[in-house]
Amino acid sequence: MAIRRILIANRGEIALRVIRTCKALGIETVLAASEADLDSLPARMASRTVCIGPGHPSMSYLKVETIVQAALGVKAGAIHPGYGFLSERPALARVCEQEGVIFIGPTAAQIEAVGDKLRARAEAEAAGVPTAPGGAVDTINEAMVLGREIGPPLLIKAVGGGGGRGMKRVDRLEDLPAAMELAAAEAGAAFGDTRVYLERFVTHGRHVEVQILGDGRGRVVHLGERDCSVQRRYQKLIEETPAPGLSSEFRRRIHHAAVHLAERLSYRSAGTVEFLVDMDRSAFYFLEVNARIQVEHPVTESVTGVDIVAEQIAIAQGDGLPLQQKDIQPEGHAIECRINAEDPARDFHPTPGTVRGAEWPSGEGVRVDTHIISGARIPPFYDSLMAKIIVHGSDRAVALERMRGALAATRIEGVSSNLAFHRTVLADPEFQGGGVDTSYLPRFLEKRRILQEARAHG
Amino acid sequence: MSLTAKDVAEILRLLESSSFDTLSLEMNGVKLNLRRGSAVAVRESAPPAQAPQSAAEAPQPVPPSRKSTPPSEAGLKDIASPLLGIFYRAPKPGEPPFVEVGATVEQDTVIGIIEVMKLMNSVRAGVAGQIAEILAQNGALVEYGETIMRVRPSA
Repeated sequence: MAIRRILIANRGEIALRVIRTCKALGIETVLAASEADLDSLPARMASRTVCIGPGHPSMSYLKVETIVQAALGVKAGAIHPGYGFLSERPALARVCEQEGVIFIGPTAAQIEAVGDKLRARAEAEAAGVPTAPGGAVDTINEAMVLGREIGPPLLIKAVGGGGGRGMKRVDRLEDLPAAMELAAAEAGAAFGDTRVYLERFVTHGRHVEVQILGDGRGRVVHLGERDCSVQRRYQKLIEETPAPGLSSEFRRRIHHAAVHLAERLSYRSAGTVEFLVDMDRSAFYFLEVNARIQVEHPVTESVTGVDIVAEQIAIAQGDGLPLQQKDIQPEGHAIECRINAEDPARDFHPTPGTVRGAEWPSGEGVRVDTHIISGARIPPFYDSLMAKIIVHGSDRAVALERMRGALAATRIEGVSSNLAFHRTVLADPEFQGGGVDTSYLPRFLEKRRILQEARAHG
Repeated sequence: MSLTAKDVAEILRLLESSSFDTLSLEMNGVKLNLRRGSAVAVRESAPPAQAPQSAAEAPQPVPPSRKSTPPSEAGLKDIASPLLGIFYRAPKPGEPPFVEVGATVEQDTVIGIIEVMKLMNSVRAGVAGQIAEILAQNGALVEYGETIMRVRPSA
């Protein structure tokens, strides 16, 4: 059944991103916006905007019933959830299923299956996908036995966590009992689920993820991998594809692992399988499945030429998956920098406010996904993402050069941003060398801090 | 042919029995603006025909605006919808509406219901006075913050 009108249950750049593809496909868009976003660029670009509630997300973007009622009220046949907010809440997908509204994403059962991190881990094991040594632990005794077997450093993870939330590192076995108790209590408070599990902590790990598309009937293709190792407190800052320095054999194996897991789930729509690449052991381990479109999807679109939002819509309306694996031939290298309204000098504190002036780069191989124009307001209720600058070049060196040019051409006035910080990372020889692990950015920040202090005292 | 007083009275009756709140009619240089409930019919001559130039030249994205018509008189207080949902004027289909234009309301008088996925939420006037305008249609989607009625506050 062809979708004619989509309710977009999101905001910011991803709302605009969805509107862009809908326009190209001739689909009407209704933006479900909070009061704080009524003057935003997406609100102006959507065919129609409905106000769903006050600015605070708990009173607008996170209200399942209101979102579905809005879709029914404006006669939208489908809901696109974007990322964050309700995108991975089984409740929205389930109410959509009950009300006959198409949810552009996986089934409620699939979201539930991968949302439970232990269940996702079990599914991965059943699909023959390597997982980090570890497993479920119900008691302190079990934890000690398993902890001794794996050997420290260890990571205690909350079953209801994910995306870096609900994790605790333990360096000495004798600290494990106390850490377990604390982790269970924290998990109960944060996720309403006290269950935790234990995994080996990988000291030199890279975050590599595989983009997949599934038709919901068992056929799955992958669109290659992304390296998102440049992160701070699990917040990704720079992403690129292909992952630098991995052999084609290694990449082939990691792609196949992602496809096998998604096939086993009969996964529907776009999704990402995240892995931790252990550089010391030349191995990779399953981390989690993100059952939604991701912030960093444009790097994949740049090298493959596939419009992932259009594929999501096609799958959702029952067109299946016209793409064959052999049709997907990634070309060149793509890099994305996330430009956030935050102040690196003040521990990356968010800096909401009004953007007095914004100039974004353009030119060959440059794409900017942003909802920020001069005069745009950045409300304090939401994440601080202002723009994604994406460059594409024939190889990594060309892409890096284009990114330097793109960042130099960018101007943001009125709010602090991490723009200058991106420039310094791009100028750093270690990043230029490629293939940094997740400890890179914290080390880089520490090095910079020491240098600045030395300069201040010198 | 121009509009006679009889014609206007006839049109008023038609509007009154329709489900519309406002009517704009333009013919032979005469413009008639009618608004239900306010009982004010304004008859004015049409300004010289002029194409709205600036708006037509550069197609601008439509600015978002919550549906709102200007109040019919000064000093009216808006009753804003506290929720997005389906607005109902009566407790049940077929029953008389909670309020009509002219009704006297207290702050906590229920003036309608907003349904959000089968959950019925009472809407209260929030201000004491007399209902002056009813803007929201029975059974239609109202947005958060949309003006559903206007009240002439009691002094």
